[in-house]
Amino acid sequence: MPVRVGIDLVSVQGVRDALEGHGQRYLERVYTPAERQSCGGREGVDPQRLAARFAAKEATLKVLRPGSVGVPWREIEVNRAPEGWVSLALSGAAAGLARQAGITDLALSLSHEGDLALAVVVAEVPSREG
Amino acid sequence: MSEVTDQIRQILAEHARLPVDPQSLSDDADLYQAGMSSHASVNVMLALEDTFDIEFPDRMLTRSVFESIAAIATAVAELRTEAAA
Repeated sequence: MPVRVGIDLVSVQGVRDALEGHGQRYLERVYTPAERQSCGGREGVDPQRLAARFAAKEATLKVLRPGSVGVPWREIEVNRAPEGWVSLALSGAAAGLARQAGITDLALSLSHEGDLALAVVVAEVPSREG
Repeated sequence: MSEVTDQIRQILAEHARLPVDPQSLSDDADLYQAGMSSHASVNVMLALEDTFDIEFPDRMLTRSVFESIAAIATAVAELRTEAAA
């Protein structure tokens, strides 16, 4: 079965700038409550974890190929299992795009080093989609 | 419109993290090609909302809305018209 791959790289400093410039409004616009909670710590939210999640959202959009369809970032949610691995949950327009493309499962991997966070998303698509 | 595009260029200078001066970009220049990342476009969107007292609805959260100064100006004009109606 053919696959689609999406990849995205995000600057952690860019996330720090967004937090300084737009604070809670940035957090609530882009990340779900569960994501905000999983990126939180004693010293507030961790910009590196947020950057990895943003990269995951953008990598997912590259797989979904939304074109002219508006997809709010919160409709692509990154979940982290207690064991450490991550998965994606789609809702709204993002879920609709996945259904249209025949995508039933998405695989996600995250990494970060220094100022950069990286995400890769892979999905199988029916052969007619390519 | 020129005042709006001036304000957009100022916002891009402060929030888009472009490797080039936005003053050097034409209204139709592709901002992503010029080096704006998708994350930087979020910062730009939030700054546009602050400056113009608007809110980008879900339907406008597409790459094409933020791809050029002209496209952003069109979106801002549309949202200001809606807000005034």
